[in-house]
Amino acid sequence: MNFKLIFDIAKALLLARWKQSLVAAIGVTFSIGMFITLLSFMNGLNDMLDGLILNRTPHIRLYNEIKPNVNQPINLSKSYQHYHNFIRSIKASGSRQAIYDNGAIMQALLNDKRVLGFSPKITAQVFFNDGNIDITGAVNGIDVQKESKLFHFSEYITAGTATDLERVPNSIVLGKGLAEKLLADLGDVVQVTTAKGEIFQLKVVGYFQSGIQELDKTQSYASIMTTQKLLGQSANYITDIQIKLTDIDKAPAISREYTQLFGSDAEDIQTANAQFETGSFVRTLISYAVGVTLLIVAGFGIYNILNMMIFEKMDTIAILKAIGFSGKDVKSIFLVIALSIGFFGGLLGLMLGLGLSLIIDQVPFTTASLPTIKTYPISYNITFYLIGSVFSLVTTFLAGWFPARKASQVDPVIIIRGK
Amino acid sequence: MGEIILEARKINKYFHDPVDIKVLTDIDFSINKGEFVSITGKSGCGKSTLLYILSTMDTDFDGDLLIDNISMKNKKEPQLAAVRNEKIGFVFQFHYLLNEFTVLKNVMLPALKLNQFPLKEIEQKAMERLKMLGIEHLAQKSANQVSGGEKQRVAIARALINDPDIIMGDEPTGNLDKKNTEVVFDIFKRLAEEFNQTLLIVTHDQSFAERTHRIINMEDGKIII
Repeated sequence: MNFKLIFDIAKALLLARWKQSLVAAIGVTFSIGMFITLLSFMNGLNDMLDGLILNRTPHIRLYNEIKPNVNQPINLSKSYQHYHNFIRSIKASGSRQAIYDNGAIMQALLNDKRVLGFSPKITAQVFFNDGNIDITGAVNGIDVQKESKLFHFSEYITAGTATDLERVPNSIVLGKGLAEKLLADLGDVVQVTTAKGEIFQLKVVGYFQSGIQELDKTQSYASIMTTQKLLGQSANYITDIQIKLTDIDKAPAISREYTQLFGSDAEDIQTANAQFETGSFVRTLISYAVGVTLLIVAGFGIYNILNMMIFEKMDTIAILKAIGFSGKDVKSIFLVIALSIGFFGGLLGLMLGLGLSLIIDQVPFTTASLPTIKTYPISYNITFYLIGSVFSLVTTFLAGWFPARKASQVDPVIIIRGK
Repeated sequence: MGEIILEARKINKYFHDPVDIKVLTDIDFSINKGEFVSITGKSGCGKSTLLYILSTMDTDFDGDLLIDNISMKNKKEPQLAAVRNEKIGFVFQFHYLLNEFTVLKNVMLPALKLNQFPLKEIEQKAMERLKMLGIEHLAQKSANQVSGGEKQRVAIARALINDPDIIMGDEPTGNLDKKNTEVVFDIFKRLAEEFNQTLLIVTHDQSFAERTHRIINMEDGKIII
């Protein structure tokens, strides 16, 4: 087939009715543009909301759960091994929450290629004393640098600096809500009582705002050393190891492996935060559905315009057939017309989508719960643009297929005789 | 006589809508190379129907049609299109140029479709044809900017571009005034006599038909002379 000629004729027909062609192309441009904008915006929002939790959640957390020991003495006894042993009133053995031999575990993690990084942590339950009121809360002992690198800790500090935790002895960063309850300003000293009844004075060096108010009302952060001091424990006392992996999807498998290997409990992010995946999935599904609907509507527009064009160009089709163009050639001509509308409309649509995304990206968006977000979030993902361009071609091809087939079946005799 | 270029063998044709009517009965004739033939007859006698069968555009008939000694009966649609492209030149009653293109491009189209010569050569050939018909000054004009008589000449130039075995015309002068009819007739005559071009023209204009080499007269779907 002579493609150059087919393209030539298609171009001439397109330009002869350029206003109609333009309307059809604008339809595609609009729908592709909206499709891209919608998906970029939706996914930006998704990423932000997921980030709210997932950024600060370790992929795997190693800890010791407070629970009854599964290896009770009776089970170890040789004579009762094959019996059903009923034991009542077992008490949970939570006396040691520390991770045993954590130095060796950390060394093993350091050598594991699948691990992006890890950071040790201690959680301590305390009371914050404000006059004669005690507020329950928790002090998280963290390694500030690792915590910032892996879990964006310093991004959530709204006042003061994170590194002061390590520089100033006996210092604490309070959750914003907690600080408001305690009426504690920067530089003030707050008094905490540990579970064992010991009283400490800690200096406030910063505020922390996670975006989740419940957290901010109870949580506070201190250095690992300060926390060990609070609990009266030695320098190798650690209750949690938070691990970030290179591939988040492998978390459940690796988590099971670590439970075996290190003999401590391990919890993966998928199990801990299943609801976030569901939320993201549904939001993405909705935006795809709306985008696809837009494209299908544009497809019907193209179908209509091509049908009209074929009705108007009956004479032309008849002549082309009379001078030796086959039905297949005529079909190709109209398919090329449809695809060019899809191609150019789609191309402009991609640019429109990018443009709108860039504009939305500049619109200020401030909310008290999200201190790090200054403008509306946008996700610039090349996948959306690929899907958009593929879809614009597919839709216009399908929309062009039926009119083109109709054109190929035009009987030149009827047209030429019918005048 | 020269070699046979087109042969109709016992062609019968029915219209089925709304009732079965026989429109052509046992059409049996042949045309030699270089002949200038006209088909005449009253309106409704089936002469246009016959022409469309002979031009391969209508394939719904009984009997056989041979162009250049090749049967058209069992050919598929794309093959017939190729035959029309290469071997048949068409001139219609209503000019039928493609208004989206210039006059020159209109003339070039069948050759571009045939795709046997480079673009430059096709363009040159098209200009030669236009010159021959005295309308080379129209080459760059848009097809809808030229007059009726000129359009018909452009259509003739287009029919000639692939050096077809036969040129068919369906009332080519039916829509033209006396002066333009003369011009078109003179062109046909010149093509037949100077260039030995075979022509088959359907017309109801008796004075036109009488001046051709051979008249095939039709009545009620039959050839009577």
